[in-house]
Order: sequence, then structure tokens, then C-alpha cells
Amino acid sequence: MDFEFIKQVIPLYIEAAGLTLRIALVGILFSFAVGLFCALIRYYKVPLLSPITGFYIELSRNTPLLIQLFFLYFALPNLGIKLSSFQCCIIGLTFLGGSYMEETFRSALETVSKVQIESGQCIGLSGLQVMRYVVLPQAVSVSIPGFCANVMFLIKETSVFSIVAVADLMYVAKDLIGLYYKTDEALWLLAISYFILLLPVSAISGYAERRLRYAQFGSN
Amino acid sequence: MALLEISHLKKSFDKNEVLKDVSFSVNKGEVVVILGPSGCGKSTLLRCINGLETVQDGKIILDGEVISNRTKDMHLIRQKVGMVFQSYDLFPHMNVLDNILLGPMKAQHRDKQEVVREAEEWLARVGLPDKKLSYPRQLSGGQKQRVAIVRALCMNPEVMLFDEVTAALDPEMVREVLDVMMNLANDGMTMLIVTHQMDFARAIADRIIFMDEGSIVEETEPGQFFSNPKSERGKKFLENFTFRVYRK
Repeated sequence: MDFEFIKQVIPLYIEAAGLTLRIALVGILFSFAVGLFCALIRYYKVPLLSPITGFYIELSRNTPLLIQLFFLYFALPNLGIKLSSFQCCIIGLTFLGGSYMEETFRSALETVSKVQIESGQCIGLSGLQVMRYVVLPQAVSVSIPGFCANVMFLIKETSVFSIVAVADLMYVAKDLIGLYYKTDEALWLLAISYFILLLPVSAISGYAERRLRYAQFGSN
Repeated sequence: MALLEISHLKKSFDKNEVLKDVSFSVNKGEVVVILGPSGCGKSTLLRCINGLETVQDGKIILDGEVISNRTKDMHLIRQKVGMVFQSYDLFPHMNVLDNILLGPMKAQHRDKQEVVREAEEWLARVGLPDKKLSYPRQLSGGQKQRVAIVRALCMNPEVMLFDEVTAALDPEMVREVLDVMMNLANDGMTMLIVTHQMDFARAIADRIIFMDEGSIVEETEPGQFFSNPKSERGKKFLENFTFRVYRK
């Protein structure tokens, strides 16, 4: 193991980790928004929009991110739509993450029983208020483990971005291997980088899960 | 004029007729108990009155206002009709006080302090003065049901509907809930009660409505109904609750 080499390339990894994290965060934020929006459409079975959403979800879940990125980066320009690699990554991640988030949120919404909704209606709440004060808080609590799993999944999925020439962690590692043949060092650093990125996420998710489990409210 | 008037109410689920031309009225301050075998339409009737079900025909009139099949402002109507279910559905993510405050504050936009005071008074009256910060999972079934009653009462409804509120409770807890209802009746609350507790029905009711297969079979005073029901169906129903022959 060439520690001198490692010391020299660490800044490259930090820079790449920053980029990876930036893309992941923006993508996850958009995935969250798209997922919640689609989940509400499917939960309320909005006519017309609901089947369209269903089609999107199947399309997104049943194709790999790699193919989606290829399509965005190489096929769309032929149709006159030219996107930067950064935009491709954000759109690709959102396209993929949106459907995973939707499934998590919708199933969480559906765990809130009909009697809970009727109880809310019985105390004079409007449909929107029932959603806001009765259904959503309980659904959020239920969706946290799934949501956190999605976040980690999406961060890991960023490792395919290098194929559209984004200088993320994977790209840097492949680059170093190609230039210096330091395969071991490059790969170790790559694995450790992802580990350091993801460890806090999984710690936070464990904490959030414990704190927000409504079924345990009042047990301290 | 009657506070609540049901006229020629018809309700079916697909082809299954659950309510066939049901008519009756409830005066202000009156306690009406609806009895009948399972599946006779009692619960559906209450759900229709509270707008949880739409009806196919007929009218429900509360205080001179038609309340059946309203779509836009049903949540405003529901503020006048309190309802408590069998399955005491408190909101598990809120403590007792927040459960009670939600309706008055968000639906009725009332002053928080006033509602808190009212809630505390009611909680004391139902024997739960020290439970306002507890979460539902820390309460027994009977306690939850009493909180559910308080939650409905704090909306200051004009009529209270009780749908088999003691059916899921241990025998010892049944009593504490029934006592609360009894006190309410003595205070002059207008109540419409579905129950399978015959002694309780007899003790609390001003009037008994006996239903079977979606129709009202008879409507009588409790004394008359329990000692000598007018209908054969009523007699047969009451026989379920007693034994003619004892082994020893």
C-alpha cells in the first residue's frame, strides 16, 4: 500500500465526495417532492393523473439507472434536447428516486386506518385537515425506515454517474487506476469514502426512527 | 319540532338494502336507544346521520336543516353531531389533551384557553383529571372510550351518537363508560345510542327503537318493550338475553 500516494490523492476524493453529495442531495430533495406528489395522487386516486403516475412508476422501477442515464445523455440530444452531465444526473436520480419514494409514502399513507380518518371527520375536520393532522403525521412516522433506506439507496446509486463524465467518487477512482495503476489504493479509498458518506445517514435514520415512532409515544 | 328528524331513509350497498324506509324523530334532550340483531342496519343508520354514508332516498333533518347527502359542507354539519365508535379511535400520535383540542381549535377555531378549561372540566367529570398529558397507548380501553366521549363533547354537539361504545371493553370497564353516558343523559344531552347492553338500554332510554332487517319493527317506551314487546320479533330478540331453563 502506497501511503504517500494516498496522502496525495485524498483531496481529489474529498472534492469528488462533495460533488457526489451535492448531486445526491439535490436529487433526493426532488425525489422527495416528486414521490410525495405522486403518492398523494395515487392515494386519492385522482382520475387521469393516477394511471399516468402508475405508468411512470412502473417505467422508473423496471429500468436501471444506468440505462436511464444513457438515454438522457446520449439519446435525448438526437431529439434536440441537450442536457449537461450534472442535469442528467439530477434528472436521472429524481426519475428513479421519485418512484421509490412514492411507493414508500403511499404504503405509509395506506397504513392509517379508515376509522382514524372517520374519527377525524367526526370532529368536524375538513378532508384537507384530516390529511394534515391525522393521516400525514402517522404516515410520516411509518415511512421513516423506508425513506431512509431510499436515501441510502440513492446515494449509492450515484456511483453510476461517472459514465456520463461527472467527476464523482467512482470517476476519480477509475481515473487514478487508469493513470497510475494504483488499483488497491484507489478502490480502498473509494469504499471508505462511500462508507464515511453513508454512516451518518444511517445513524441519523436510526435516531429518527426511534424518536418518531408514534406507536411508542408515551412509553418513556 | 323535533331536533332530529329522519324521514323515509333508504340506504343500500350495491343491491343489498340495509335501510328500508326508516322514519323516526328525536326531541331535544331525549335519549333514544336503538336495539336489534347484528346486521339490522343500526350502525349504518348512525353513520348516515353523521354523513359518513350517503343515502339513496329520504331525508335527515337536524334543527330544521336537511343534512343528508351534503357534499361541500358536511364537515360543518358534523360539528353539530358528536359520534363515538366501538373502536375508540383516539389519534395515537397525540396526547389526550391534543386529541380533544384538535376539533374545537382547527375545525371550530375557538379560543384555546377556553377549550382547555372545558376539556379539563370534562376530563374531571369522567374521572380522568390526571390523564390529559397521557398518550392513548397508556390508557385502558375504558379510559380511551371516556376520552373519546369527551373529545366529541368538547365540540358542543347538538346530538350525540353512540355506536356500541362498550362492545370492545372488559365487563368491568363497561360500567365506567356507561356511567358517563348516564350522567350525560341526566344533564339533558340529546342522545341516540346503539347498544347490546339491555339493562343499560332500559335504564337510560326515554324510548326504544327496535329494528330488524333494515326496518323499524317497533318504537316503544323501555318499560313496555322489555316487559311486553308488541311484536313477535321483539319477543324473540329479548329471549336471547335470558334463560328460561336452569340446570340447577
